[in-house]
Amino acid sequence: MAQFTLPKNSKIGKGKHHAAPEGAKNVKRFKVYRYDPDSGERPRTDTYDVDLDKCGPMVLDALLKIKNEMDATLTLRRSCREGVCGSCAMNIDGGNGLACTTAIEDCKGEVKVYPLPHMPVIKDLVPDLDRFYAQYASIEPWIKTQTPPPADREQLQSPEDREKLNGLYECILCACCSTACPSYWWNPDRYLGPAALLQAYRWIADTRDEATGERLDSLEDPFKLYRCHTIMNCANVCPKSLNPAKAIGEIKRALSDRRI
Amino acid sequence: MAKAYEVIDHRYDVVVVGAGGAGLRATLGLAEKGLKTACVTKVFPTRSHTVAAQGGIAASLGNMGEDHWAWHMYDTVKGGDYLSDQDAVEYMCREAPQAVIELEHWGVPFSRTEAGRIYQRPFGGMTTNFGEGTAQRTCAAADRTGHAMLHALYQQSLKHNAEFFIEYFALDLIMDDDGACRGVMAWDLTTGTLHRFQAHMVILATGGYGRAYFSCTSAHTCTGDGNAMALRAGIPLQDMEFVQFHPTGIYGAGCLITEGARGEGGYLTNSDGDRFMERYAPNAKDLASRDVVSRAETMEIREGRGVGEHKDHIFLHLEHLGPEVLHERLPGISETARIFAGVDVTREPIPVLPTVHYNMGGIPTNFQGEVVTLKDGDPDSVVPGLMAVGEAACVSVHGGNRLGSNSLLDLVIFGRSAAYRCAEIMKPNTPHGKLSDSSKEKILDRFDKVRHANGQNPTAEIRASMQKVMQEDVAVFRTAETLEEGRKRLRRVFESFENVHVSDRSLIWNSDLAETFELDNLLANATVTVSSAINREESRGAHAREDFPDRDDENWMKHTLSWMDEGGRVTLDYRPVHSYTMSDEIEPFPPKKRVY
Repeated sequence: MAQFTLPKNSKIGKGKHHAAPEGAKNVKRFKVYRYDPDSGERPRTDTYDVDLDKCGPMVLDALLKIKNEMDATLTLRRSCREGVCGSCAMNIDGGNGLACTTAIEDCKGEVKVYPLPHMPVIKDLVPDLDRFYAQYASIEPWIKTQTPPPADREQLQSPEDREKLNGLYECILCACCSTACPSYWWNPDRYLGPAALLQAYRWIADTRDEATGERLDSLEDPFKLYRCHTIMNCANVCPKSLNPAKAIGEIKRALSDRRI
Repeated sequence: MAKAYEVIDHRYDVVVVGAGGAGLRATLGLAEKGLKTACVTKVFPTRSHTVAAQGGIAASLGNMGEDHWAWHMYDTVKGGDYLSDQDAVEYMCREAPQAVIELEHWGVPFSRTEAGRIYQRPFGGMTTNFGEGTAQRTCAAADRTGHAMLHALYQQSLKHNAEFFIEYFALDLIMDDDGACRGVMAWDLTTGTLHRFQAHMVILATGGYGRAYFSCTSAHTCTGDGNAMALRAGIPLQDMEFVQFHPTGIYGAGCLITEGARGEGGYLTNSDGDRFMERYAPNAKDLASRDVVSRAETMEIREGRGVGEHKDHIFLHLEHLGPEVLHERLPGISETARIFAGVDVTREPIPVLPTVHYNMGGIPTNFQGEVVTLKDGDPDSVVPGLMAVGEAACVSVHGGNRLGSNSLLDLVIFGRSAAYRCAEIMKPNTPHGKLSDSSKEKILDRFDKVRHANGQNPTAEIRASMQKVMQEDVAVFRTAETLEEGRKRLRRVFESFENVHVSDRSLIWNSDLAETFELDNLLANATVTVSSAINREESRGAHAREDFPDRDDENWMKHTLSWMDEGGRVTLDYRPVHSYTMSDEIEPFPPKKRVY
């Protein structure tokens, strides 16, 4: 029988336990993935018992309380703390989301906090997003026009045409959707993933853009686009309530329409 | 000790530090001009705090009624309580329409009028005809204008193949013996390596320092890194006493609710249900400028008319606007209010409070972005090799108080003018001189010292103490007594940093260490802020001294300059306000009583 071994550092070990201060009455347990690249030791989950009576309402509040008061070595990305910068995307309670807009009270039982799934981990909750960003750049996410824009005024766009960008332009590139997609897990190097495809459609949908044909040409590929099997995890996890799967569907429709 | 670190050298024509709106606008302008440019940033560009700007960007396009750049200029000068440099304000307001049109051509998804033009909303302090009517001047992409702009600027940077060094934390400027800037040192968080960027010009676009306070709308990353690097390089900061409190930060969470909410018709009430702004600003009411509204809210709360259990905040009403307007024009803050205040804005008011939002002060520059200082009696002496743009800079267009939607404008106008200036004064790929090793050693010594800091005071504890002092003693209203108390308390906090404790000793993504450097930077910003505030014995713009309630043009129509030495001792001096315009097409606006 064939012997399989898991790649290095894929087995998670038992971590340290940090107890809540004495007298804490409203304690919630957080189990947080830890990986220290300098030590080279295999990852572990550390347990932190957090006094919720002295903590803000969001998972980010708890993580920062842990970092500030219990364990300064805990490492995560964070910036705006209001759901617009996309820094603190991680896997919380089994689902991808932003720590800053995920309420602790919505997490039942122990709160498990892991980095975004299926990405190389740099340290603790910090994944390497280089490929994700490269895929975004690969769809050439900028306006393309042949017609020179008017010299001294804006390009006109009706409110109805502008409306077509709603649900697309709000993307914050947090990578929650792409890293929740089994198809992306399976073909991360060849399937562009929901985030990049949503952005591709954002430009196809923009009436000011004149490169729809070129954009569709580059997407017409069994892997880049057609690995989407409408699993819909992307729409389920999007912290901005966007629907990448729908955008992907629109690209597929545009491709089939132009064949007729 | 320092020799233990390997340093990787880079050479560029220009290095931009920071990838928010100003940094990106500069970067892509430089790339367009063919200058070899690196943009070094501690966060991925679209994570920069520009992303959180909501209401819009001011420009007298006149899409929704008559407008003129001169009216915009008047409003900006008046909004700044006459401390603005009027030549720079003229430049900004004249260039504004073209800059916004450029953004639209780059694909920013602005909201639209029925005619297909860019939608413009009213904003605080923005008037027509020199104060007579209400202007609709603020160009908006719903209430996500900063997000829309930042992403478009990043997209344009990708188009121009601009070179980024992402998640590189800038440590210090490399200065030569003649006081010229020759580059910047940075730490790559991902690999844990140190990098020396040599450049003919360094452009600091590092944003504000809102995190010196306990409650602010600013992101965790707004730690005034560039300001502090300038101070450590012997360069003064300007007008640091002017800290803007936004009238509508969410009570508790501190998240921003755009002034555009009032622009669309929202209003504030106290515990009597009274629309109190009518008493403080009979004409502009809820759309008076931010310093005025924040003071009014504070007065209401002080006099016992705050709302809530502790009577310590104010209500912002939007429920009368109707679900359609809220959905179309204010979807972002509707979501923010739901998540962070548990409020359904179609039914209930939002609990709000004046919250630290913006720093009018910063690194003094001229309108071309060049850093200036007072040297040998010359108040406009250019510091060779160094520029500053965006919130980190003090041009000064905002004077004592910035008008809402003038910040996004400031970013693109001065980001662009800095790039133009670079193209004017240097040729691509100009050969570099040799850098002395002493400047490098000094920076590495500091890095190593902080990395191994093993005192008793954890970073987070010192930071919390600093934030408490600033929140309590350098607030909306100030007196000599509170400020002096703040100075003393902050001094103790500053000294406690000598015994800081860093727990993480690693080099790869050591966020404990990065936060400690950020804390050091914040302490520098806070220190000069308090000293500048004690010194200015008048009330002007956001600087409201209860012991000196009036503006005193005779003695204080001047910019404060503050230097700080390694021990945290502050030296103050002044630069004159540019009370002249750039062209002969408009006369400067002489100071007059500021009423709304």
